[in-house]
Amino acid sequence: MSGSFELSREHEEFRRSVREFAQGEIAPYAAQWDRDHHFPVDVVKKMGGLGLFGLTAPEEFGGAGDDGDFTSLCVAIEEIGRVDQSMGITLEAAVGLGINPILTFGTEEQKQAWLPDLVAGQTLAGFGLTEPGAGSDAGATRTRAELVDGQWVVNGAKQFITNSGSDITSLVTVTARTGTRENGSAEVSTIIVPTGTEGFTAEPAYDKLGWHASDTHPLTFEDARVPEANLLGERGRGFAQFLATLDDGRVAIAALAVGCIQACLDMSVQYAGERTTFGVPIGSKQGVAFQIADLEVMLTASRALTYRAAAMKDAGRPMKEFKQAAAVAKLYATESAVTATRIATQVFGGYGFMEEYPVTRFYRDAKVLEIGEGTSEVQRMLIARGLGLPVE
Amino acid sequence: MNIVVCVKYVPDATADRHFEADNTVDRVGVDGLLSELDEYAVEQALQLKEKGDGTDEITVLTVGPEQASDAIRKALQMGADKGVHVVDDAIAGSDSLATSLVLAEAIKKIDHDFVVCGMASTDGAMSVVPAMLAERLGVPQVTFGSQIEMQGKEIRIRRDGDAATEVIGATAPFVLSVTDQSGEARYPSFKGIMAAKKKPVETWSLADLGVEAEKVGLSASWTQVEDTAARPPRSQGEIVTDEDGSGATALAGFLASKKFI
Repeated sequence: MSGSFELSREHEEFRRSVREFAQGEIAPYAAQWDRDHHFPVDVVKKMGGLGLFGLTAPEEFGGAGDDGDFTSLCVAIEEIGRVDQSMGITLEAAVGLGINPILTFGTEEQKQAWLPDLVAGQTLAGFGLTEPGAGSDAGATRTRAELVDGQWVVNGAKQFITNSGSDITSLVTVTARTGTRENGSAEVSTIIVPTGTEGFTAEPAYDKLGWHASDTHPLTFEDARVPEANLLGERGRGFAQFLATLDDGRVAIAALAVGCIQACLDMSVQYAGERTTFGVPIGSKQGVAFQIADLEVMLTASRALTYRAAAMKDAGRPMKEFKQAAAVAKLYATESAVTATRIATQVFGGYGFMEEYPVTRFYRDAKVLEIGEGTSEVQRMLIARGLGLPVE
Repeated sequence: MNIVVCVKYVPDATADRHFEADNTVDRVGVDGLLSELDEYAVEQALQLKEKGDGTDEITVLTVGPEQASDAIRKALQMGADKGVHVVDDAIAGSDSLATSLVLAEAIKKIDHDFVVCGMASTDGAMSVVPAMLAERLGVPQVTFGSQIEMQGKEIRIRRDGDAATEVIGATAPFVLSVTDQSGEARYPSFKGIMAAKKKPVETWSLADLGVEAEKVGLSASWTQVEDTAARPPRSQGEIVTDEDGSGATALAGFLASKKFI
């Protein structure tokens, strides 16, 4: 099964459906949203109407239930990302970082309270892990949560948190130190902090290189009080819980990268056929055509690695095997995406530097793919460890 | 209320399209899909069902070659309940009149309260089948609806004409056709796509309908396409080069010659 990643007819039909949606509802406006740094809440809700947020959620919360799978989510992220990386990451983060932690670790009450609206795309949730001094090194968390009179009192700051400050954000889950273990290390737990909690502020959105239409904020917590029942999962398991959500996210980011490479290929093929220099289309020049041939290779390989990892997840392959496949897919697809945007902008020549063509936007959007949900360096470390190397 | 939605499988306008030797549209050797204008019919039927008491059933009906089942499946993925596919080699080449005969006989066999169609097909674009169906079924036609309201068995539609807007009413049974202004069609969700796999689709032949083969097909059609030709490529526009300051005069002359000024 590990080598099988052919998509089913249903997945391909779903791809066509999401593609039509993306072409009709997102593509015409993506450049404008990017220019205005506008987060289109109405489109997020339409994506919800199409069931994109519920592909891996049970039916009782409005999800696709047994019919859905992780592969279908990757298809959706790829197709949305093909026209707009910002909306692609919005979907990826909403499911992987917003819905999944509550679905996986939440109590029945927490699930009932939050999931139906999240799954419907009527609300969004952010996952507050990264801090000014802690990223993949989540053990260095400085944010604290103290239990006082039956309430968690949260203090600290988070950064780069996706979907955390939009008009429809209903909550953020944050990792926080809830004590110190006997061996002196931090006890990290996860706490649900609803939007509107006094003392919790989503600071003004970042000015980013790319992903301009994605909602990303620094968060501050100053004596933000939430009920004790807002502990998500087990006390002291916050770090382990966080790690468990990462592998899926890596494959989903790989799918977003595949969408980016596909966009680069589509734009380059079209432009190389239309643009003429010295009386012939530039696609007749080997210098251009061969680079576009390389895009096709990157696309095919990246897509194969991504859907192989997704198929392993859906087939319930052993965790170790899946983790390795996820890291391989994430590393290869995202580095390919950055290369692909560089090639595509070069094919476009001077126009590749002008914002009137979407290729420029993809160029700016691609870089973060090598950084978010574990940098390329982290992926290489994981892969090396998976090979049994004693890498640090 | 039970609804029959008539849909057509048409060549994909974004792919290669061609005609057969007898000047009929090649429906077998090309990529096809559910006619976009029929998606509006499916959407309106779904909206009427959603406003109903939950007992309504939508049957999607198509007449066409094997591949036409793709059009039914798309409608089922959008939310229709079951499908009927009339397929018979003798039907090939049928014009609107012959097609409406097959559709009407099939509709009679389906338990229904009314029929919904798109305003036209995106390939033949005759837009007469709904009216012909109404005639053959002996029911009122309420066609080109851009806004649809229904209460019980009473329907009211808005028809936007060039000179006036009409509001037309009828009581079921009737044949309704809807325009592309009636409301955007939904995209199939993954859940809908998976659910469609389990929905029943029946395949009927002309014999099942009791329609004689001689009454349909190219030879029985009242209209014949005598000739077809691809539209010639657009000719290049005229470029006025201003080399000696006479450009504006040349432009004005061109506009005047075309009677723009």
